[in-house]
Amino acid sequence: MDRRSLLVASVAMALVFGVLVLGATLSPGWETVQATFFDWGHARDSFPAIRDGFWLNVKMFLIAEPVILVLALAVALARQARAPWLVPLRVVAVIYTDLFRGVPTILLVVLFAFGMPALGLQGVPLDPFFWALVALVLSYGAYVAEVFRAGIESIHPSQVASAQALGLSRGQAMRHVVVPQAVRRVVPPLLNDFVSLQKDTALVSSVAIFDAMFAARDYANYNFNYTPLVVVAAFFVAMTVPLARFTDWLQRRYAERERAGAVR
Amino acid sequence: MLTSFRFEQGPRVSDALLEVENLRKSYADRLVLDEVDLTVSSGDVICLIGSSGSGKSTLLRCLDLLEEIDDGVITFEGREVSDPRVDRRAVRGRMGMVFQAYNLFPHLSVLDNVTLAPRKVHGVARAEAEERARELLTRFGLAEHVTSHPDRLSGGQQQRVALVRALATRPALLLLDEITAALDPELVADVLDSVRSLAAEGTTMVLATHEMHFARDVATSVCFLEQGRILEQGPPSQIFTEPREERTRQFLRRVLPA
Repeated sequence: MDRRSLLVASVAMALVFGVLVLGATLSPGWETVQATFFDWGHARDSFPAIRDGFWLNVKMFLIAEPVILVLALAVALARQARAPWLVPLRVVAVIYTDLFRGVPTILLVVLFAFGMPALGLQGVPLDPFFWALVALVLSYGAYVAEVFRAGIESIHPSQVASAQALGLSRGQAMRHVVVPQAVRRVVPPLLNDFVSLQKDTALVSSVAIFDAMFAARDYANYNFNYTPLVVVAAFFVAMTVPLARFTDWLQRRYAERERAGAVR
Repeated sequence: MLTSFRFEQGPRVSDALLEVENLRKSYADRLVLDEVDLTVSSGDVICLIGSSGSGKSTLLRCLDLLEEIDDGVITFEGREVSDPRVDRRAVRGRMGMVFQAYNLFPHLSVLDNVTLAPRKVHGVARAEAEERARELLTRFGLAEHVTSHPDRLSGGQQQRVALVRALATRPALLLLDEITAALDPELVADVLDSVRSLAAEGTTMVLATHEMHFARDVATSVCFLEQGRILEQGPPSQIFTEPREERTRQFLRRVLPA
């Protein structure tokens, strides 16, 4: 940017954000809002409990993400299978995605965390944390499977033809030609779903799992102050932004290597 | 592994490498190949000429078993490969095919494009496959692009990589589908030179082409296709100077400006 554009951009930024901040702080109820949501003392006091709870959210996310990737890719591939004896697998995959994408995630969490242990079956874990995790995996597995499927279907059939002409089987063509290209293509929507998953780990607070959200609500109900909710929000933002930047970087690296001159 | 694959079962039908009898193929109710007969012996270079939509590409795809045929018999290396019980992968593993639009794998380096089939289909060890790939790439003037990705190369270079990829498995038959049609005119020559050198060393090829001068130079036999039929076949000296059919004459008048 030259100096003139830089100046214009700065003035525009100052103007827009100035108006937004003034609009909020000059509104008649600002003092009440500030005391209820943005109280420094409450933020400091609730911080340790939220931080400890947040570790649980991070743990859930870190466990769920790889499992979701594997499950979703398996489901997407099952839907692509063409062999007649795999038809049952295809039907199961279709029913699974339709069902689990349709049910609101919070309902899945409640149904699994309370319902599964209540079955009283031997060998079935009783830990609601485990079942809440399963609910998140199943819900997001269905979304991510569709992302993978879209990616797989976006690869031109001529790629498969040329793999087959080389003597590769359908499975090998998928493994070595279609899936690697599809995965690169779907990284941005995949990231989108994972940011969404990170946030939805907060849903486990609805089944009395002591995560960051539960800790914040606990504090808020006890002290009649909602500042801890803003603190939780800040935690989630702090986790998702670096992930987004990392993915951008990854995408750019692929693009630079594989696409001639299409980067800038 | 396919390296040990030989067509030992079944009676030998003829000495030709590839024989097509009465091939018929249609898409829905449109007949695209009709009563096609073709014999390819070792060392033959057969050029398929004819206007767009005459069935050249479809014929090549049928030979590589990439398309289902409706009727007829294809015999390759003494065995009827149009039989649905035949393992198509094994047959394709013995043929090499190059497409008009290169169809290289954009996520793999040039070297990995070339070694994929030898390693995964023919069970060749990585080191051995890479050695052969480098040899071939060097021969076709691509030595410096071994680690590049295909999109970094010019069209002519990409098509030569595709040619090397098809050759890497030492196929008995090479099928080339209008491989210069997508190239800038100045890049056509370097791809054709590569094909010419393959022909000179006795590579058996069937190729669809619009390059009439090239066909005249390298073909052992030229087939003129018209509406899915081989209307006329003969040595280039005959087809290009005194074609038997009026349609062939008209076609050549159009594509070969006097």
